[in-house]
Amino acid sequence: MSDPLLHAREGTQPPAAFPLLQTKAVTKEYPGVKALDGVDFDLRPGEVHVLFGENGAGKSTLISILAGANQPSGGQILFRGEPVTLHSVHDARAYGISAVFQEFSLIPQMTVEENLFLGAEHTRGGFIDRARIRREALEILDELGFDLRPEQRVDHLTRAEQQMVEIAKAFRSDLSVLILDEPTASLTNHETDHLFDLIGQLTQRGVGIVYITHRMAEIRRIGDRITVLRDGRYIDTVDAKASSEDDLVRLMTGRVVGSIFPALDLGEAGDPVIEVRSLTTPDETVIDASMQVRAGEIVGMAGLVGSGKSELMQACFGAGPIASGSVALKGRDITGNSPRRNIRAGFLYLPADRRNEGLMMMRPVRENVALASLDIKPFSNGFLLDRGGEVRAVTGLAERLNLAPPRIERAVDHFSGGNQQKAMLARSLTRSYDLIVFDEPTVGVDVGTRASIYEFIVELAKSGTAIVLISSDLPEILHLTTRAYVFYRGRVQAELQADQLTEENVLAHFFEREAA
Amino acid sequence: MAANTATAQPAGGLGTAVKRLFVKLGILPFLLVIALIVFTLMSDNFLTPRNLMNVLRQSVYLMIVSMGQMMALLTGGFDLSVGTILALSSVAGAMAMAAFYAAFPDMAGLAIALGCLAGVAAGVSIGVVNGVGVAFFNVSPFMMSLGMASVGFGIALYLTGGVPVYGMPVAFGDLFGFGMLFGIPVPVYVAALLVLALYAFLYWTPQGRYFYAVGGNLKAASLSGINTTGTLLFTYVLCAFFAAVAGMLLTARLDTGEANIGASMPLESIAACVIAGVSLRGGVGRLENVVLGALFIGLVQNGMNLARIESYLQTVVLGALLILAVIADQIRLRYVASLKD
Repeated sequence: MSDPLLHAREGTQPPAAFPLLQTKAVTKEYPGVKALDGVDFDLRPGEVHVLFGENGAGKSTLISILAGANQPSGGQILFRGEPVTLHSVHDARAYGISAVFQEFSLIPQMTVEENLFLGAEHTRGGFIDRARIRREALEILDELGFDLRPEQRVDHLTRAEQQMVEIAKAFRSDLSVLILDEPTASLTNHETDHLFDLIGQLTQRGVGIVYITHRMAEIRRIGDRITVLRDGRYIDTVDAKASSEDDLVRLMTGRVVGSIFPALDLGEAGDPVIEVRSLTTPDETVIDASMQVRAGEIVGMAGLVGSGKSELMQACFGAGPIASGSVALKGRDITGNSPRRNIRAGFLYLPADRRNEGLMMMRPVRENVALASLDIKPFSNGFLLDRGGEVRAVTGLAERLNLAPPRIERAVDHFSGGNQQKAMLARSLTRSYDLIVFDEPTVGVDVGTRASIYEFIVELAKSGTAIVLISSDLPEILHLTTRAYVFYRGRVQAELQADQLTEENVLAHFFEREAA
Repeated sequence: MAANTATAQPAGGLGTAVKRLFVKLGILPFLLVIALIVFTLMSDNFLTPRNLMNVLRQSVYLMIVSMGQMMALLTGGFDLSVGTILALSSVAGAMAMAAFYAAFPDMAGLAIALGCLAGVAAGVSIGVVNGVGVAFFNVSPFMMSLGMASVGFGIALYLTGGVPVYGMPVAFGDLFGFGMLFGIPVPVYVAALLVLALYAFLYWTPQGRYFYAVGGNLKAASLSGINTTGTLLFTYVLCAFFAAVAGMLLTARLDTGEANIGASMPLESIAACVIAGVSLRGGVGRLENVVLGALFIGLVQNGMNLARIESYLQTVVLGALLILAVIADQIRLRYVASLKD
């Protein structure tokens, strides 16, 4: 291999006896909480080792320790058989350990290339060597097959593109261990394929990959071994090819879980609840889109990130501008109405990004759940708040959704991702809605919680609520919807009825025009 | 320093209990205890009912301004123009009152009422401009209120030519400046009324909750059907209203309209809020603590006066306290993350 970026230190391959990276009884304690409790983990050269577990199982803590971002309270880390202490991310980088976290470490105001070489700028006589940085940035992006220009500012990129920059950053130095935390969460299938090709090339050169994902299909496709964590403890390490989904879910949750998708035994759809006619947004993220949802239906919105599926529903809800077209709710025109009016008319949109758009992280669960309904009973009499009524109502909802722990006065920030999501979803039960839009309701949510969210959505539909499910997760569209619209570059590419909902059909429309 | 070790020793065995208390209540109770002990040791006159009532009366102005400042901080902004609002309302109120009183010398009551109204209106108008800038044009609260501080101060100086405004009815000062009712100064009643009204508004009405929501997560609030621009506008109008009321009370106390009062108010009011645990990131803070925070600053100033600490040095202490409070807030956040509950 002549490429200069991916030296895998072949010359220093260790004896096979030593794993590339190993932890022995690593423990991480916070006052009152054991985030990790004596975890043993080993990474062999050239393998993809999947870390699997529910939110809060300790995966993130473990990788942050491996990446040097966090120090263990006890135990040992060995790199090629030698005990090492990783004081910082910088330390870890020196051993060739790089991590791509879910939370990006990019400076939004800087360009792609400035971010790629941040903290390791090439210099010439004390000045930044722009030409060399540009050249190497181009090489990295080219090697990775990412369609980005080095001079673009990061805050002008989509989330998926930012993710690509984050991944590219890990490739700037010599690599021996690459840690990826749900890297495909916001990538398109095409980009995901590219990433997996890349992972394949890396493993061939002996790079070890630690990979966190909740997606079963990805484990099947690239995983070699799987280590399951639960409540901060090591549970088991299994062969990825030989273990079934049910096995993994059992290991992860400690109980037997059936299929995660509930039966879709919805009745006949009722009257149309929302009708959208040739809606176009000013920035043309949505062009001439028409659609309709009936009471008691679950309608899917499929498509790539940025295909207009979220943007359409946001525009309908009043969270984005509309250039032309019309939206009607239960026969009444609501085009351009504010979220406030739409919520009062029975139309709720629950955003995909719960941290930035959905929840007040430092406020208690109670306030977050009640937020959209403080103008009605039981939360207030329209003028004064009713604290007792609020506490009773939210306690009831927390029980119904199995909020864990069931402490509604605790700040949302201190719950796991799945339980944060529950707190936001509970909002849909605080008043009677005719139409609820779920935007990526299971992003970053563990399998156990996912199953209960699916059940929750189906129950809502059974009670006659019209549901729109925006999702980039294909199985969700296939198993949870009665009908789906597929978006491509802002247009509704196809409407698929229940009997046409197959993986091939949906995927075909993801890219159709591009092929044509 | 002596007080520091004094409190630390009994806490030695109860380290975690103190930590929990710190996480739950913030730094304010600790500072209050330390201040009480230190100043009692330094001056015999400190811990007397008479002096404590004095502290209360002197703290009233800062307390009222801090309540407004808290609203701005809650929504994730702040208001640097509170001092200017104080000055402008003082000048405008005094001028209106004096002019009316000169024209109709037998209608003192009406002159006082109209003067107060004019003063508060002048102050609130600054708040309206602040609010419009922040809510509708997305100007950062820092720039908006900094700019308006200069605008307001300039107007107040221009109106008066830098000379104090005289000629208000004597009754105004007698009542709102030096008046007593059942042994308690009238301004204290005004402050108490405002505290109760704001408490009811913040914690008993949906709109009160929306201030926290807007500061907690603007986007989430908007997607939950909250009128975020209206709430932001309202925030700065309310903040200005409180500052203007404080301005009128101070005018009554001084018996003149002054353009150069309130210069220390932005710093002191933000300090009172931050010491009371109001987050600079928005969305967190309790009114009752802010009232205590303002009292604490009054207590420190009073104590330092009694202990004959030079006024220049007092400024140093105040600035240091503010920074200490912010550092304590950061440490507390770290503890909160680890203790969770």
